[in-house]
Amino acid sequence: MNSAKVETVIRAERISKVYGEGTAAFRALSDVDLIIRAGELTLLMGPSGSGKTTLLSILGCILRASEGSLEILGQQVEGMPEKELPRIRREAIGFVFQGFNLFPALTAKENVALALDVRGTGRAKAEERAEKLIREVGLEQKGKSYPADLSGGQKQRVAIARALAGDPPIVLADEPTAALDSASGKNVIELLQKLAHEHGRAVVIVTHDPRVLSYGDRIIHLEDGRIAGEETGGEIADNAIMAMTA
Amino acid sequence: MGLLARRNLFHDKVRFAVTLTGIVFALVLIIIQFGLFLGFTTTTSNNIDHSNADVWIVFHGVGYFDTGRTFSERKFYQVLATPGVAEAEKYMQAFARWKRPDGRIENIQIIGVRPGSRMGQPWNVTVGSAASLKEEDAVLVDELYKEKLGVWNIGDRVEIGGHRARVAGFTRGIRSFTTSPFVYASFKSSLDYTNPTSNESDVGYILVKAAPEISVEQLMKNLRGRLSDVDIYSTAEFSRKTRFYWMFTTGAGLAVLTAALMGLIVGVAVVAQTIYAATMDHIREYGTLKAMGATNNYLYRVLIEQAVWSAVLGYGLAMIVAHFIVTGSEKGGALILMPFEMKVGMFVLSNVMCVAAAMVSINKVTKLDPAMVFRG
Repeated sequence: MNSAKVETVIRAERISKVYGEGTAAFRALSDVDLIIRAGELTLLMGPSGSGKTTLLSILGCILRASEGSLEILGQQVEGMPEKELPRIRREAIGFVFQGFNLFPALTAKENVALALDVRGTGRAKAEERAEKLIREVGLEQKGKSYPADLSGGQKQRVAIARALAGDPPIVLADEPTAALDSASGKNVIELLQKLAHEHGRAVVIVTHDPRVLSYGDRIIHLEDGRIAGEETGGEIADNAIMAMTA
Repeated sequence: MGLLARRNLFHDKVRFAVTLTGIVFALVLIIIQFGLFLGFTTTTSNNIDHSNADVWIVFHGVGYFDTGRTFSERKFYQVLATPGVAEAEKYMQAFARWKRPDGRIENIQIIGVRPGSRMGQPWNVTVGSAASLKEEDAVLVDELYKEKLGVWNIGDRVEIGGHRARVAGFTRGIRSFTTSPFVYASFKSSLDYTNPTSNESDVGYILVKAAPEISVEQLMKNLRGRLSDVDIYSTAEFSRKTRFYWMFTTGAGLAVLTAALMGLIVGVAVVAQTIYAATMDHIREYGTLKAMGATNNYLYRVLIEQAVWSAVLGYGLAMIVAHFIVTGSEKGGALILMPFEMKVGMFVLSNVMCVAAAMVSINKVTKLDPAMVFRG
């Protein structure tokens, strides 16, 4: 981590998630303790079924934990009325999805502006900010292009611009480089790293991609719904080299 | 929000065309079925509704127009002598056999009226005039039945019930819901055509006009006090009874009514399925919106706007198609009516159907599995 900012933005304590009931119950997460800090790029890694996406959904207030405590920007989420959760998502969190999840009927700029429309921003202001964000992700020439006319890397940049529309302190990304070639993947992960290190955002990425290991400030390994380990600093660099050469 | 709603709708033109086709098909189906229903009910009571009478007096037990029971002319004079009666006319309706100029036989319904009266006259006379019924053997037929009755021009000669008759004019749009067209004749001729041996004093119905100073209800009371063995109805009441009889106690009426209800059910199902499918096509996008923090109200507004756009455009196209069908039906065997109230009703119905169908699919959005949003 090269930012001096170490403010805790997410504090998860003993988070568990159980799907179903009775004999059909499936425990996706068990007693997960986690702290996410501003200015850090945190990687969540683990095999399929280890609970990464479930954890990301809970951190993103899309899914409620069955047990445990979740605090986002100092606000206790558990016990909060259901209708309050969208407000937390709007104010605190930007999402980046593996499949981009852009709206095919809207241009790149309109996709970004939509995120502001959801927040109730006026049309003129939304367009102005969308234009700025599109420029910041290096797509000023593609603002009027529809997603179908963009490459995978360009789509993910639009998705990142959209995630930043509400200026959230937290960005949650699910496999953001999985569908990209190495050059596009590198651009995208560098952009996300920049958000953490230069803009002081907390960036959490669920990934299987060994190419991104070296960009993480922290790597949290999940296995069978539990945190199996955590790497920081030099350990990451060593393991990243090993992963890339394996 | 508005932009997303419109773009989602119009972006995939094939999908949009399919959606609109479904809505138009459903609305036209409902319009045709209910238009037929309205046409049928209107046709059954056409002669009553256009009679210009306030009160109908019929043989006791005759519950609808097309029953041919007669009573003594004496009652006609009793009616004339009743306080509050401004005018009264004898009126006849009976089935008869029409022999075309080429010798073929057709069944008809003779309507006997007093030529020149203010009540019971044929309407929409396009060739000749109702007054020509004063002439001996003169009859008026509707243009719709020229071919069926084998007459094309004024002066064409036929036989009705073995008596000579001559076409003296044509009406437009007086259709019968049975296979027997209405043929208008003078009251006297109608008796000859239908029952040559009958006493000329027999009367089928008495039509009454109330004097200006008396209410129809009071007039009916007065008439009931003077007459026996007859039933006395206001025009609206007799019209309603006739419609009710044909709609609910006969196979034909029930068939039309059932078809109308089936049309409504099928139409609603088609619209629901079409809008539901169109909404589900974008389910992932709604999930993304939710993840982005969109409230359910925001999603409802997007869905409702899309549904309303679909409804309004579908309604507009359906009205154009329906206009041609309704216009075409005026010259055909079955009348399809589309009154203003029905147009307004269809507009409301189309919007309600589309919005309701869209709302059903929102449950899917509100219960989205978060993994769906996160996976590619």
